[in-house]
Amino acid sequence: MRAPLSWIKDYVALPDTLTIDELTDRLTALGLKLEAIHRADITGPLVVGRVLTMDPEPQKNGKTINWCTVDVGDANGTGEPQGIVCGAHNFKPGDLVVVILPGGVLPGDFVISARKTYGHVSAGMICSGRELGISDDHDGIIVLPTDAGVPGQDALPILGLDEEVIEFEINPDRAYAMSLRGVAREAALGFQVPFTDPALRDTPAGNGEGHPVSVEDPIGCPVFVTRSVTGFDPSAPTPTWMVRRLEQVGQRSISLAVDITNYVMFELGRPIHAYDADKLQGELVIRRAVGGESLKTLDGNVRALSEEDLVVTDASGIIGLGGVMGGESTEISDSTVNVLVEAAHWDATAMFRTGRRHKLTSEAGKRNERGVDPEICEAAADRVVELLVAHGGGSAGRGVTVVGQAPATAEIELEPALPQLISGMPISAEMTNAILQQVGCTTTSAGDRLKVWPPSWRPDLTDPYDLVEEVVRVVGYDDVPSVLPPAPAGLGLTQEQQWRRRLGRLLASTGHVEVISFPFVGTTDLDNLMLADDDPRRTTLRLANPLSSEEPLLATTLLPGLLKTAARNVSRGLEDLALFEIAQVAKGDRMGPTPILGVDQRPSEEELAGLTEAVPAQPLHAAVVLCGNEDRAGWWGSGRPANWSDGIEAMRMLADSLGLELEIAAADLAPWHPGRCAELRLAGEVVGHAGELHPRVCRNFGIPPRSVAAEIDASALEATAVAVPQAEVFSTYPVAKEDVALVVADSVTSAEVSSALREGAGPMCESIRLFDVYVGDQIEAGFKSLAFSLRFRAPDRTLTDAECAAARDSAVAVAVERLGARQRA
Amino acid sequence: MSGPNTNYDPVQVSALDEASVFDMRDAALAAINAAIDLAGLKEVRSSHVGDRSPLALANREIGALPPQARKDAGSRVGRARAAVAQAFEARQAVLEDEAQERMLLEERVDVTLPWDRHPMGARHPITMLSEKIADVFVGMGWEIAEGPLVEAEWLNFDALNLGPDHPARTMQDTFWVDPPEDHLVLRTHTSPVQARTMLTRKPPIYVACPGRVFRTDEYDATHSPVFHQVEGLVIDKGISMAHLRGALDHMLQALFGEGMRTRFRPSYFPFTEPSAEMDMVCFICHGSGQQDEGECRTCRGEGWIELGGCGIVNPRVLIACGVDPEVYSGFAFGFGIDRLLMFRHGVADMRDIFEGDIRFATPFGVEL
Repeated sequence: MRAPLSWIKDYVALPDTLTIDELTDRLTALGLKLEAIHRADITGPLVVGRVLTMDPEPQKNGKTINWCTVDVGDANGTGEPQGIVCGAHNFKPGDLVVVILPGGVLPGDFVISARKTYGHVSAGMICSGRELGISDDHDGIIVLPTDAGVPGQDALPILGLDEEVIEFEINPDRAYAMSLRGVAREAALGFQVPFTDPALRDTPAGNGEGHPVSVEDPIGCPVFVTRSVTGFDPSAPTPTWMVRRLEQVGQRSISLAVDITNYVMFELGRPIHAYDADKLQGELVIRRAVGGESLKTLDGNVRALSEEDLVVTDASGIIGLGGVMGGESTEISDSTVNVLVEAAHWDATAMFRTGRRHKLTSEAGKRNERGVDPEICEAAADRVVELLVAHGGGSAGRGVTVVGQAPATAEIELEPALPQLISGMPISAEMTNAILQQVGCTTTSAGDRLKVWPPSWRPDLTDPYDLVEEVVRVVGYDDVPSVLPPAPAGLGLTQEQQWRRRLGRLLASTGHVEVISFPFVGTTDLDNLMLADDDPRRTTLRLANPLSSEEPLLATTLLPGLLKTAARNVSRGLEDLALFEIAQVAKGDRMGPTPILGVDQRPSEEELAGLTEAVPAQPLHAAVVLCGNEDRAGWWGSGRPANWSDGIEAMRMLADSLGLELEIAAADLAPWHPGRCAELRLAGEVVGHAGELHPRVCRNFGIPPRSVAAEIDASALEATAVAVPQAEVFSTYPVAKEDVALVVADSVTSAEVSSALREGAGPMCESIRLFDVYVGDQIEAGFKSLAFSLRFRAPDRTLTDAECAAARDSAVAVAVERLGARQRA
Repeated sequence: MSGPNTNYDPVQVSALDEASVFDMRDAALAAINAAIDLAGLKEVRSSHVGDRSPLALANREIGALPPQARKDAGSRVGRARAAVAQAFEARQAVLEDEAQERMLLEERVDVTLPWDRHPMGARHPITMLSEKIADVFVGMGWEIAEGPLVEAEWLNFDALNLGPDHPARTMQDTFWVDPPEDHLVLRTHTSPVQARTMLTRKPPIYVACPGRVFRTDEYDATHSPVFHQVEGLVIDKGISMAHLRGALDHMLQALFGEGMRTRFRPSYFPFTEPSAEMDMVCFICHGSGQQDEGECRTCRGEGWIELGGCGIVNPRVLIACGVDPEVYSGFAFGFGIDRLLMFRHGVADMRDIFEGDIRFATPFGVEL
């Protein structure tokens, strides 16, 4: 919302000594946040010009430019017409326009000079509102009223660019501040000075002589007022001061009648609609649309209407989308001589829904959907009639139609101590009462309570806490003291939160770098992972409104994000990579709709259980991707490329840090190499996979061959993790070491041999560790030799050589019997 | 060793006379001192100190002497041998030290050789900053609450006083799970965690909720459709805006040091009433707006940095979540962690946070 300082001052007697910074600081503290103070950011000659000639010249690029000569008086030093190329078409010879001459500087340090363009030397520019930084309007240049000035005259004061315009950010609950009336009221409140309400005017009462109106839906349209002006001169210009103010608030002048409705909207906050009365056919009926109806709105679009849309109809059918946009058939034109003015109050929710449904945002819509003062329809219509007659001639029609009446504001009961309790500031009951009256409320005491009726322009005030905010903002938010809240002793981080930190620290301290990926994936990503058609990771949730149609799915695995991140690093020349991510993934199984519960009381336990159970499972996953060297090459020797075992080891380490031991088994699952993929199990349940990536997956994602990946369900780990590890009991007697080398078939895994040895070695066996794998000349083809080191120790004595040998033999015996192993000579 | 000599001839054992013993001793001492390294000393050992040395051989002859002579000769030879042994050990110690010194000198390496065989890892600074913030609240006795990213619409909106027609519901530009009739959204804030907390715990409640949130923002240097927030919620008896400010001031002091303070401006959020925007005083210029005789670059001369929103929990939210507003009041606040990271650590482009270039996270290490 832009508010020219001079316009604010029309309604509030601000102290002469007040600076604009003091004003905006105070208004910001009251809740009207300063966005910017606009001052003329223009230097050099900006003057009024009269278009003498304009010759349209079609260009090769399809555009048509106008080669114009413009009288700029003596402003160019010669008095000769100025030749200017202009791309806009919304003007004609004779019009007064705004010209910046060479040497001038427009906002954004845009230096104007005479330059050759489209075959002419263009000596300056005819300006649009956007070029001058006073509006976003770039559809055409500014055409000044014929009486705005004479060629060569300084245009800054004509456009109000010598004045300060304050731009506020208005919160959605303060719709009243989207008008000069509202801003000025806040200024008066802030400085405790008198306020002159521009909506306070004597208006004629409704009579039977106005345009016939019937409101069939008084909920959707509680008040509908019409006034009329006859004999209006459609060619009458908009007065310069009005054009200037409209430009200052960001609105381009269109025609006198339209400008007046806009002006009154900014002045009072009440959107107004004006009809060409001669195009109306009989009674206006306000009702909801019925299915199948449509309307061609002012913007030229034909809109299919919903049964929720409020429409204005006459005998010809629908002529407007109430409160949102008028129809083409009855709009004001340059031949309109009889005007019907409509000022109606519309239901804010209906306005919001209609605006959203038809994707219509307009200055009128913004105000109607946030809530307009319902009591000023008559005043607003009267003000429009006054301005139409004053500037366009004609006379006000006698007829005044007033249908319905403004809904009364509901009373709020306030405990007078509430502002003090909620703000933590000493605010007495008297102060509360006084402030509420200052903001426009009516109050009476009722026992120990205060009864409060908010003013008609504050539909946002409905609860006691709303009134608290009013009191506190006037007292001053910034005076709220700082007091530490008295929290009871807490339990610290939960075990799961600590574990999660542990996983991250562990991966980082072992050389992995954490990344955060967007959880959005596409079918292409899943195809690139070579996932089978029935792979559960293809069961995903889909977004109804994804940012990119390429990635509409929610990730069920962290790998696509990690692999794409890896590829990005590789493409930037970072080829030795160890990346990890710990994040929730979303399971795609549809759980049925989650209910929308009531909000008037706590839902029942059953309702809540139904709600939370319908939210899809989102387990925490941890994943790593390794590319290139795990150990770099250097002066110490060659590097060591990451291999399948590094992926498994990373996962094993994670489990180990939670006191868990993973069971590792061979598996064949995409996106891994079918012979180099491990399944990670916990108590028999598969919780993850690790290994070398399938060569085609590496190609698909653009990462080096033999890259490694691993992914594990960290939630599953946490579910069985050891919260309170117990101390080991260990013997201090000497250790006895025995090594065995066993030859087994290739198909036998080291885990099988190790577990056979473990079983046979008996209780004195402290550890079994594989220290060598040999395949080669000394072993027949199809077999391998596995060398294990066994350590034995007793809790209570030194073991004898014979005892150790016996345990060792017994261990070997199990391997021999179960796996066909033989001891290597 | 030879046995006792019972038939001796004193002439035959002239080697035991004083001069001879002294000669042997002096010869040995001279040889010991002449040894220049341990190898040389080893040779001296066999020729002058060991079992075959003249003094050792002379010692064997002592038994052949008559008792009186035996005593004299014994003491003479003994003293000589002791002197030799002592000199030998001393020389050996000196030579060993020398050898060690030489070895240490020879083993000198170029310690400037780089050892970057195994590159360092790092955690993401967003993770670490979230934890740092969480720790501040844990230090105040609060607990940390978390929740799902795909969330029930009711918890993300309705329970927080954002009804179906609330303008804020579209302001927030929500990602909806298809079909929208399933009423599932990607949470637009961590506030549904607050709702879940109130629905499952009894007051007093003191929780902070850090986490990932989603809005359909364009992805550019200052916006991301995925970002991170921390929200705080306190529900207790007699909670006021003063407590809200106290908690925020404390957090900022923990993160930015002494003298940090907040500024409140009236604002609007459906879930709080009264609502405020909170600014923090700029931690670089401490509110002056000036830095190095120019405009402070961190706050662009404002002296204040916009932090986020806060307020007193709207009683409508308390009612929907089963907290009696007649007994309890509460406050809530929320702010973006990504933006905090950006200005606290000088991150210029928000996309660096999500692109995963290892050069971004690595310098931050494992703990902020």
